[in-house]
Amino acid sequence: MAGDIATEGRATILGAIRRGLKRGPLPEDQAHMLRERLVEHPRHLIPARSRIPHPAQVTLFLANVEKEFGTSALVPDAAAVPAAVADYLAAQNLPTAFAMAPHPELEAMPWAERPMLRPRVGRAEATDLVSVQQAFAAVAETGTLMLPSAPERPTTLNLLPDTAIVVLRADAVVGAYEEAWDRLRAATGGSMPRNVMLVTGPSRSADIEQTLELGAHGPRRLHVVLVET
Amino acid sequence: MLATSPEFKQNAREALEDAGLQKALSFSRPQFMGRRARAVAALPEFEALRDIGRDIKNHTLANLDFYLETWADNVARAGGVVHWCPTADDAREAVLRICQKAGARTVPKGKSMISEELGINDHLEKHGIAPIETDLGEYIIQLRNEHPSHIIAPAFHLNREDWEAQFRKSHTDLPPDRVFHERRDILTEARTRLRQKFLAADVGITGANFLIAETGSSVIVTNEGNGDLTQTLPRVHIALASIEKVVPTLEDATSLLRLLARSATGQDFSVYTTFSTGGRRPADLDGPEEYHVVVVDNGRSAMLGTEFQGMLRCIRCAACMNHCPVYGAVGGHAYGWVYPGPMGAVLTPSLIGIDQAGHLPNASTFCGKCESVCPVKIPLPSLMRHWREREFERHLTPAAVRSNLRLWAFVARRPALYRLATRAAAATLGWLGRKRGRFAWMPLAGGWTRGRDLPAPEGDTFFARYAKAQRAGRR
Repeated sequence: MAGDIATEGRATILGAIRRGLKRGPLPEDQAHMLRERLVEHPRHLIPARSRIPHPAQVTLFLANVEKEFGTSALVPDAAAVPAAVADYLAAQNLPTAFAMAPHPELEAMPWAERPMLRPRVGRAEATDLVSVQQAFAAVAETGTLMLPSAPERPTTLNLLPDTAIVVLRADAVVGAYEEAWDRLRAATGGSMPRNVMLVTGPSRSADIEQTLELGAHGPRRLHVVLVET
Repeated sequence: MLATSPEFKQNAREALEDAGLQKALSFSRPQFMGRRARAVAALPEFEALRDIGRDIKNHTLANLDFYLETWADNVARAGGVVHWCPTADDAREAVLRICQKAGARTVPKGKSMISEELGINDHLEKHGIAPIETDLGEYIIQLRNEHPSHIIAPAFHLNREDWEAQFRKSHTDLPPDRVFHERRDILTEARTRLRQKFLAADVGITGANFLIAETGSSVIVTNEGNGDLTQTLPRVHIALASIEKVVPTLEDATSLLRLLARSATGQDFSVYTTFSTGGRRPADLDGPEEYHVVVVDNGRSAMLGTEFQGMLRCIRCAACMNHCPVYGAVGGHAYGWVYPGPMGAVLTPSLIGIDQAGHLPNASTFCGKCESVCPVKIPLPSLMRHWREREFERHLTPAAVRSNLRLWAFVARRPALYRLATRAAAATLGWLGRKRGRFAWMPLAGGWTRGRDLPAPEGDTFFARYAKAQRAGRR
């Protein structure tokens, strides 16, 4: 890389900013305060709608998924997930082959008990019509899934197939985005995954006459399988 | 992009006579306003969040150098590359260099207004690389060889029949019996065409709604998922961002995101809000190998420390133009450059000069609706007024306007004279118009009376009536 050009651009922009702000680089005590703010990352106002007991947060989450044109099914435990997936695919008249995230929670499920289902573990390819993904967390406030990329949670599963099925444990539902961020920071030791998708309902566009149509470039259907324990 | 802002008056006249545009505007605008109103009503904390949004942005702008450096260091730590570009030329060159190094032939793009501002597409085409807009609205705009007329709904000015006509023209292999009865048919056609482009591309270009200093991330917000395919499938991802996009932390971005979708499309949250940090990690099964951010100043640092610094708070939601009566009458193209509506009327003179864009801050009724819906409380009418003052100071205002303004100022600053003059005018006009109650024509007021009648005053001024009412009340 052209190191000189890069350094020069950086110095030019920072110099212009400081000229505009009529000061030099921040004095150390002020820079220290800003670094503290970054470390503490204080929360701002969190809307009251999600400040409710956990069971009510789960209910709010599911209501918001539906509001955003997603669907959901509740299952009592992880062992019941393959049956729920099979039922959904049959009800929607969808193929039984799907790409599934190589996530240990998903891989431990009894898929063989449903011989009609044909899971292929890995990332999604262009030809995949259905995917099964694992959610890291979900935000009740707006019915939003948090899907951070990881070897066990490939991003393409969220995007390429026409139908995206997401398996979510009820204890992964939080009220507000801020709580999901803190869980992510705790799980990754503070280093941000390459990609974190916050997904709220299936893909859509309103570019034609400002009228909503589902299924733009991403999935047309988003189905959440909620595991209660 | 060549600005036609100096021809605003002519542009506006043509827009008013464009039946297709008028149909699109009258169909779409009420929907935007209604959706925002419903989303805001459903969140009691919205007003408090506007104050928070303004404060976060003000804090960041006051420490912009610190947060940009922190952000850039964290990008590098995550394995990404930051390209610091003071000018549009620098940014175009940086993008071209990355594309050429990757051997790119076609480059899918997510929706980005900074890309429009920089003229990335023209520059790539000039060097034999084909940029492909993948946002549905941007896609048809590109096929029509137009520019967006709205910052979040680029095809705001088009009707359904325009889409069908363009697809039949551009997709030459379409069977003639292919139907486009429904909006869904149009969407499916675009989805199928573009999917092939995503899969074949080496480089994808997106914009950025935010940069996050804490993590070194860039954030995009979309509903279609095109931006995510653009940045996930190709081997190289380039994010374009201007310097004022940076915010300190994930929590700061989160508070602004609570405002953004509600103000823009009236959704509680957009479908895909995606945070990108560096390239593919060793064991990842997908994602780009290279992650570049081209960060651009292009005139923004010159707004710092001036009365226009607050404009840099803008998060590009488009609420101001969705609620603007002038935008609603003439649409986005009349403004003649990248950013239309009230935010464009303030930003455009800052970026291309008041000598080019002087009409824009004058194209306002100062009704104040834009400021009242702005999620970060930018005082847009005051900023437009500042531009009018600067225009006047630099003698860019036409001589007739200047002399009339001077005359007005002379009278307005002398209350006794002002009252005498208005009393005389009200009495004279009241007497002249006593029969019909209105004027169909009046000397020096042809611009007004050509389109509508001027109501005749009833013979008294406001001051006189107020004084009379006060006296009556005291008695």
